Amino acid sequence: MSRALTPSQTIGPFYFGTIINAYRQDLASQGVAGERLQIELSLHDADGAIVPDGLFEIWQANSHGRYDHPDDRRNLPLDPGFDGFGRASTDTTGRATFSTIKPGRVPWPAGGLQAPHINVSVFARGVLNRLATRLYFEGDPELAEDPVLKLVESTRRATLIAKRDASGIWRLPIHLGGAHETVFFDC
Amino acid sequence: MKEETYRRPAPGQDHPPNDSPGYKSTARRAPSRPAVVLPHSLSEITGPSQRAARLDSGENDLTRQRMGEPLGERIIVQGRVLDQDGKPVPEALVEIWQCNAAGRYHHPGDQHDAPLDPNFYGGGRVRADADGAYKFVTIKPGAYPWKNHHNAWRPAHIHFSLFGPAFATRLITQMYFPSDPLLSFDPIYNSVPEGARARLQAAFDMEATQPEWALAYRFDIVLRGRNATPMENV
Repeated sequence: MSRALTPSQTIGPFYFGTIINAYRQDLASQGVAGERLQIELSLHDADGAIVPDGLFEIWQANSHGRYDHPDDRRNLPLDPGFDGFGRASTDTTGRATFSTIKPGRVPWPAGGLQAPHINVSVFARGVLNRLATRLYFEGDPELAEDPVLKLVESTRRATLIAKRDASGIWRLPIHLGGAHETVFFDC
Repeated sequence: MKEETYRRPAPGQDHPPNDSPGYKSTARRAPSRPAVVLPHSLSEITGPSQRAARLDSGENDLTRQRMGEPLGERIIVQGRVLDQDGKPVPEALVEIWQCNAAGRYHHPGDQHDAPLDPNFYGGGRVRADADGAYKFVTIKPGAYPWKNHHNAWRPAHIHFSLFGPAFATRLITQMYFPSDPLLSFDPIYNSVPEGARARLQAAFDMEATQPEWALAYRFDIVLRGRNATPMENV
């Protein structure tokens, strides 16, 4: 029997409880294979003001490019201690940090491989639908060939590409609107 | 390589528009450009299903998280997590949070002049069973004022968070109570297309109501279903 979708609603300002108890900012315990990364996402509104009551979730493959999920049936290693899921709210400066490993490349349905990327969900008061975006890594030679970036106007691709600062932290500002509006995906 | 994909919602039929002028906070927080349509790859059809998350027993009873019982009307909220084909989403993680019976959240940002209840925290979670069935015991949340417009009140609601099987199926929503007179005034509820709004109202459930103990409400949650055909080439 066909059923109608349950509509989305905002997370509101007062999410907490289980959602906060289930925060996951350190994704990769010791011994997990891969290049260690520190990531800092920040959230900004259309005026550029910080959003201190947002929530980020991230989802990524392990260093071998394998998702810890039953529908990823490829014969690639899974890492005990790494499931690829992270969740953190923005702080009073609009930032959230994650400690993880660099994901490997995953295939594209039409053939070839995607550049390494982390899938990002954004929730906040005033945001009625989950916003989905991606984080890529500046300098990766695979960026030029990435089939998803190719779907994005060239002038807007930079909104998806994190830059590494002098202290080694990968930073990506996410703008809900304005001149630097982030590319969000209908996925 | 062929992958199964998830059905896309028809625009304007199920979900609210990002920019919903009655809900003022959307003005500075709604993206103005259309989302880029992304074919589904492994990144979208996998997701943090949280099937492995360890839950304590009793996390679904919000009336037993503190020393004593919270004040308010004890209720049962139960239902099933399904997809658009009516198939259960087995072992779905369901997270909820809500204010107390007086309309106050246990949250430092909530400054509403209503009492906190030391016996009510307001967060719960449960894993649905193989049939997608879940059940919470809680108290009925109160209505509370907010500053969206003059004399703005949120109807009583419980926030729900679901992962479903994939990144593409992630959903956060709110459950409302049937025939609440505040619904017609609420810009968040009314941001949803008219034909879809009633899906956010739980149904009173006399059969599940427990004599001498608690009223019951039924709230089924429907997540995106899989496409019957494996691939859409874009």
